[in-house]
Amino acid sequence: MPTFVYMTRCDGCGHCVDICPSDIMHIDKKYRRALNIEPNMCWECYSCVKACPHQAIDVRGYADFAPLGHSVRVLRDERKGTIAWRVKFRDGRVKNFLSPITTKPWGSAIPDFRNEPEPSQADRDSELLSFEPESIRLDDGGLHTLESNGLKLKEGVYY
Amino acid sequence: MDITTTPIAALAESGIAWADMQMYISVMIALVIVMTIADLLHKKSATYFFQAAEKADELLAAGEAESSIGNETGRLKQLSAGDKVNALVGTVAIDVATAGEFSNGPRRLVHIFTMWGFVLFVAATAIIVYGEAETATLATAWNIGAIMLLVGSWGYWIAFKVDCQSEAQSRFQIDLRKDIFSLGLMGTSLAALGWEFTGGGTGAWFNFVIISTAALFGSVYWSKFSHMFFKPMAAYNKRIIEANGTNENLPHETRDDEWQQNRHSMELLKDAPMDMGLGIKRSKPENY
Repeated sequence: MPTFVYMTRCDGCGHCVDICPSDIMHIDKKYRRALNIEPNMCWECYSCVKACPHQAIDVRGYADFAPLGHSVRVLRDERKGTIAWRVKFRDGRVKNFLSPITTKPWGSAIPDFRNEPEPSQADRDSELLSFEPESIRLDDGGLHTLESNGLKLKEGVYY
Repeated sequence: MDITTTPIAALAESGIAWADMQMYISVMIALVIVMTIADLLHKKSATYFFQAAEKADELLAAGEAESSIGNETGRLKQLSAGDKVNALVGTVAIDVATAGEFSNGPRRLVHIFTMWGFVLFVAATAIIVYGEAETATLATAWNIGAIMLLVGSWGYWIAFKVDCQSEAQSRFQIDLRKDIFSLGLMGTSLAALGWEFTGGGTGAWFNFVIISTAALFGSVYWSKFSHMFFKPMAAYNKRIIEANGTNENLPHETRDDEWQQNRHSMELLKDAPMDMGLGIKRSKPENY
């Protein structure tokens, strides 16, 4: 389901060009608006759809897979820290979702690695990664499991 | 350089008849009209907007029929004539007059300079030539228009040519077929001011004016000139679908709703500020 651009909504800001991992979002040299130059190579990551500040990018469902007017639209609101999805099924049912995309103000929780001590040779030889075991809480009573937390795995499918 | 005069009146005195100048401008206007219509037919822009309007009506009708879809009810709205007038006023005042579609402030400014400079320059030229007389006001408008057009068109090329800014292309790499609109505007403004600055007449600068204006108005079918006719339609359409709530099926859920704030999946944002600042939009898109 490759992406395409509504040229009437796009203002040519270039955010999609910047974010596309496949480097297939480019600026049309005549209209100065974005376009997907190689839809076959689009892996539907939705990065450009979410990054677009004007909601000018949409995803085209293949006709055999998503016919009859279905729609999946997304709206990423950086300032509010949320992402909203609106899924419209072929039979007209609509589902709306809203989820957080950050829990702290953007840029306020970037670790300052310049102030961290250099890793020792023992750290380098260790199989643990940087900030482990603290970051996975292995130092706090060992590995956390269902059992150690007094939980049990229930049988069957449950939510 | 005196901005209260233009070289046009002097041209009439030097032997080129007003009728010839009027003929040239009439040909240019005819070219714009014919080529714009051909462009609209070829690209089916008008058809697209009528289809978009019909689709919005269908969405509205379908949404209203399914009033059982929870918070869909009350969000959709049949627009009154007053709502449509509001949308039209917003389109003219914001989207057209101040190039409201651009979220990049400096680029918006450059577009405003180019657009209003072009309008002033072309309107003043036409009034002077068809009126066969030049007043200080008209001449000032002509000069200010040309200067604004120069600042806007050259500023765009040097600072904001988006394929250069976003994709690291060279500014000196010119594709005549695609750049003809920008080059036509740059050439016209430079030629007009050069013509004025060197005292007018029928020399090299005058020929430059003729060549650049002919390139600008004669290439409408191939250039993006006609965007000035269909962009306002697009802006109006966007305002209408936002006002009636259909908004091309875009989500409308927002954290501002108290109901959303209390949902389990939004628990992590319970104590977070309502404005989280900017994320990826903190940096300009020039990381290629």
